[in-house]
Amino acid sequence: MMAAAGKHGCVVEIGGIPVALRTESESFRDLLCQRYSGFLSSSSAEYELDFELTESCGSSDADVRVRREGRQWWIERGDFQAQWDPASGRGWVKQNPNPYSLDSVLRILHSLILATRGGFLLHAASAVCDGRAYLFSGVSGAGKTTITRLAPSGINLLTDEISYVRPGAGGYVAYGTPFAGELAKAGENCTATVSGLFFLEKGPSNRIEEISGTDAVRRLMRNILFFAEDRELVEKLLATACDFVAGVPIRRLTFYPDAGVWETIRTFEGEPAHV
Amino acid sequence: MSETYVARSSAIAARKLAGEMMVMNSMDSTFFTLNEVATAIWQAADGRTPLREIVRKNVCEEFDVDPEQAQTDAEQFVAELSTHGILLVADHPLASEAP
Repeated sequence: MMAAAGKHGCVVEIGGIPVALRTESESFRDLLCQRYSGFLSSSSAEYELDFELTESCGSSDADVRVRREGRQWWIERGDFQAQWDPASGRGWVKQNPNPYSLDSVLRILHSLILATRGGFLLHAASAVCDGRAYLFSGVSGAGKTTITRLAPSGINLLTDEISYVRPGAGGYVAYGTPFAGELAKAGENCTATVSGLFFLEKGPSNRIEEISGTDAVRRLMRNILFFAEDRELVEKLLATACDFVAGVPIRRLTFYPDAGVWETIRTFEGEPAHV
Repeated sequence: MSETYVARSSAIAARKLAGEMMVMNSMDSTFFTLNEVATAIWQAADGRTPLREIVRKNVCEEFDVDPEQAQTDAEQFVAELSTHGILLVADHPLASEAP
């Protein structure tokens, strides 16, 4: 365990993993606290990141590169450079004070941590309905944001963009994340066991269809956020995807964009694919 | 006629599910699902056995296929996977990089 963040910092806990974010800049600290306000924590940090702010304005459209040199991870994109040592749990980030760069760094850090712990970040919306978490994945335009907009009251939105999944005592668990998509709204900081993953398509009516285990793994792997050029971690991720498919019902959900789709989801009872 | 030798790349993560091999290149995240015949070739790609021998022993003896068609399909298959860095192909024996 490490000490909690110091004067210019905060601890941001996403997915039950507290990370201390530290900076010399009070204004950047304020930005951190504001951006992740629903996810600030008083827990002792498991990991620490020190931010050094730069004037550079590199492009966030550049490809991200995540590679390991010895025990260090190097994470680089046009708008930031970071180094992280998983053994010590410490790292640093050089970036301009752009919050989108900050989100990207945190997402990549969590994707690396999760890969070693049997979890993953998924390009998917997720929500908790009647105490059960559902994930909604698909290509851009498939309806992730639409389905979250259609959610009736009483449903807790975990994210409309990046879902956070980790194994728990009773199965895979989805956590809320502050990483917002088109809704431009952070998810709620709550959690529930995953009861289903739906790959979305828009259509004339609501319909849930089975997909094969291999199709489920292929779709899952295409939507997992993972950037590291590392065979060992990719192997681990593939094993996790297979385990997830064996334990969680995964279906194709064709839906007509009105609130009725949530009744279809709410009454869904399914078994995982045979793999 | 020169022989073709194939070996699995070390940059690959692979896992068999329901008889099909799922293969992912860790360098660029390209992902392939191999059918049963392709899986048989993949598993036999040790860098030492000529492709012609793999097709004869692991494909023609195990599946109901036309030998000539099987050889043609196998050559196309290894050519495609080699362009993605998933299989290594040479006209001489290779040391398999796979762990």
